[in-house]
Amino acid sequence: MLKKIYMLVFLLIGQALTLVAQDSVGAQNVEMADRFRADGKIYVVIFVLGTILLGLILYVVRLDRKITKLEKDLK
Amino acid sequence: MIRQNWWKIVCVILLFYTLIAGFLGAVPAKPILNETIRNLYFHVAMWMAMMITFIVSLIYSIKYLRTNNPLFDIYALEYAKTGIVFGALGVLTGSIWARWTWGAFWSNDPKQLGAIIALLIYLAYLVLRNSMTDLDKRARIGAVYNIFAFAMLFPTIWIIPRMVESLHPGGMGNPALDTRDIDSRMRAIFYPGAVPGWTLLGVWITTLRIRLTVLSERMENRQTAGRRVHEARS
Repeated sequence: MLKKIYMLVFLLIGQALTLVAQDSVGAQNVEMADRFRADGKIYVVIFVLGTILLGLILYVVRLDRKITKLEKDLK
Repeated sequence: MIRQNWWKIVCVILLFYTLIAGFLGAVPAKPILNETIRNLYFHVAMWMAMMITFIVSLIYSIKYLRTNNPLFDIYALEYAKTGIVFGALGVLTGSIWARWTWGAFWSNDPKQLGAIIALLIYLAYLVLRNSMTDLDKRARIGAVYNIFAFAMLFPTIWIIPRMVESLHPGGMGNPALDTRDIDSRMRAIFYPGAVPGWTLLGVWITTLRIRLTVLSERMENRQTAGRRVHEARS
């Protein structure tokens, strides 16, 4: 199972690397946050949102553990 | 599946993939939309997750009517609740997105109205259930109503939005998005990452709620059984 999960991670990282390639066609006239991403400040946003997501997931994991424990106690 | 863990790990990986690739990945440059096109991974994924959880809820309602197993009624109810949460988040995020692309939070667009009507019909499912004290009747009528509520998704979010003009992308065709707006790079995040990631998070929370309901019912049964023993003794 763990092997399959690792494979999924590698697959997604490989996928993500192909996504970073910049779009050059038709990008001249439209205002996009290219500079923002190039300067690296978008990483701050990803960091913040990642922290929030991690916090929420840890919260759900703890809830999951508590319910599992309660289920065992009530058996 | 309810007590296994591997799919929860998959869910977390997919969500982080969506988040990181969703912000760093290149997107088509479109006027008006600009960088907000990235909302596809979050706003549109909410609707996909809502539809999937409503379909699961429908299946459990049908299963309940076929077997009368009260567990299936709990499943149907909790999946419907999660679907409503996703739908509410979809309306809210859509409204925020609309403010900076269409110019107003709410413009009585057919798609906004259809989504709101569909959600109200589902909210009535919860109200209807709570109006009954007889548990069998509540489960049975609830299941029948849930099937009707699902049927109402067809006109409200799948048919009418396809028939009328709208500000929302994909008017007169696909009601959710204009497939010409997104490219394969966005699809590679949306379909394998965002849709299953958010849906699995919903399933996870739903299974927790189901387990909690089952636990509290088991405790209630123990208490009434204890009371009965006590009464029989005295």
